[in-house]
Amino acid sequence: MTVFKKAAIVALVLATAACTNPDRFGGGAGAGGADGAGLNTGAAGSASDPASPLFFNQTIGDRVLFAVDTSTITPEGQTILDGQAQWLLTNADYRAVIEGHADEQGTREYNLALGQRRANAVREYLVSRGVPSTRLQVTSFGKERPIAICSEESCYAQNRRAVTVLSFSDVTS
Amino acid sequence: MMKRLLTLLVALMLAGPVLAQNGPLRLTITDGVIEPITFAVPSFEAESPAAQQAASDISRLVVQDLAGTGLFREVPATAFISQVSSFVQPVAFPDWRAINAQALIVGAVNVNGNQLSVKFRLYDVFSGQELGQGLQFAGTVDGWRRMGHKVSDAVYSRITGEGGYFDSRVVFVSESGPKDNRQKRLAIMDFDGANVQFLTDSSSIVLAPRFSPNGDRVLYTSFESGFPRINVLNVANVGRQQLQTAPGEMAFSPRFSRDGRQVIYSLSNGGNTDIYRTDLSTGQHVRLTSAPSIETAPSLSPDGSQIVFESDRSGNQQLYVMSANGGEARRISFGQGRYGTPVWSPRGDLVAFTKQNAGRFHIGVMRIDGSEERLLTSSFLDEGPTWSPNGRVIMFSRETQGAGGTSSMYSVDISGRNLKAVPLQGGASDPSWGPLQP
Repeated sequence: MTVFKKAAIVALVLATAACTNPDRFGGGAGAGGADGAGLNTGAAGSASDPASPLFFNQTIGDRVLFAVDTSTITPEGQTILDGQAQWLLTNADYRAVIEGHADEQGTREYNLALGQRRANAVREYLVSRGVPSTRLQVTSFGKERPIAICSEESCYAQNRRAVTVLSFSDVTS
Repeated sequence: MMKRLLTLLVALMLAGPVLAQNGPLRLTITDGVIEPITFAVPSFEAESPAAQQAASDISRLVVQDLAGTGLFREVPATAFISQVSSFVQPVAFPDWRAINAQALIVGAVNVNGNQLSVKFRLYDVFSGQELGQGLQFAGTVDGWRRMGHKVSDAVYSRITGEGGYFDSRVVFVSESGPKDNRQKRLAIMDFDGANVQFLTDSSSIVLAPRFSPNGDRVLYTSFESGFPRINVLNVANVGRQQLQTAPGEMAFSPRFSRDGRQVIYSLSNGGNTDIYRTDLSTGQHVRLTSAPSIETAPSLSPDGSQIVFESDRSGNQQLYVMSANGGEARRISFGQGRYGTPVWSPRGDLVAFTKQNAGRFHIGVMRIDGSEERLLTSSFLDEGPTWSPNGRVIMFSRETQGAGGTSSMYSVDISGRNLKAVPLQGGASDPSWGPLQP
């Protein structure tokens, strides 16, 4: 009887790439955000000047809100979008990206798709009021950019939104 | 001395059924309650003074790997009767039986400059036999963890008869900052949270990375352009390019096919989201669904013949299975609540999913026909399961509630046991578990 049996040693060589620097990009700042890309934040002009983006954002309102898991424009939303459409028709130098958002109660992919649905509902409404669709684009941030961060309906209600973000355009259409 | 040990051993064996275990050392992993296999890992022998640190570190890593599965329990060194000072020394089995160590792992480490090699033997203590052959791995000193994981994988595999998952990596989203300005960047880590490296910066939002089957590339969703788009990133050189999808306003939720040549994903146009496939070599696109509802989160079966996905065509999110070429889909989820993010298991027998019901989120598994649904977790927000290479463990994201909520990654056995957080600095989400490394 052999207590210690000599077995063949099988040698395998591992290609272990030694990475010296774990961070090849530096710290990185900024997050490429919703609501910050266009003229909606820190917009020039006065809220009392009907031709200013500030008037659009604050007096008319740049966003509409949605009920849970829906993309239906509410009566309040229609009033705001009627104002947005009127403004866009008057100020033909502006284009807009409509950003759809969802609250955190949902999976990431579904919320991206739901945000797109909401943004598209806004686009369709604005187009139905005469805004050329060529001036409107839609995107969705899903649940990635909440503006209210509590985990309660008071916050969720603000996050289920579609925001019309203005940008100045060279192209007139 | 040698002769006395032999005599003692023979005497013990002749004395009859003193063994605590019948048959060879073998653990069959089932869903029932199991008694962990006990094992002992005497610190690996350092074959040169330069190898002392690595020998100690690798031994500890093997213990951590095996004990971390919940399937094995360490017999601590303080209980040892005999010490193993040499890899070639005969094993005093009675001393290990006496402390009820069913498995004994001995090893030796050598360091020569930047080169490190580790060899080990696994013994079935109660039958007094070596299990499998001695094995040696060689690599660099920096790569010592990989070699420790290789040892653990071999031990796990020999005792369970299944592949391991220790020498594998996970690509994920590293998170920092408050909820309303969260910074997200792609990162990669060892399965146990070690060796974190960043693959992108956080200048734009990145979501849901997905490893290619052989781990060479990662698909992910990027907001670089302001619109969700799919990027393909080369892991070795972190070069990246945008995937040329079918025309659409948004592209997201990508996954590779098993051969790595095709990508299935979701494309949104005019408020409608459907599933598409793009061939990476020909650039051809095929639309696989065309319902006016949301179809997303597609995942291919291991044989590539079917796709499981989520759709709200019934009114809310549910899971469906269709042919990989599209067409008629059959619903497989019928329980209370909503089901999303299905992922086909590597063995092909189960689908892992996220379930949302009564204000709670769960990670669960069900059979492909929807039967035997089993919820593995429950929390304020669990989502996005990914399978270990051997289909035994699921990793996922867990976000905590409230204004200060943060995301972490957890793993859980498909039995529902062994729930634990992946130890990482900072927030993390959207894990995608890569293959066992060659």
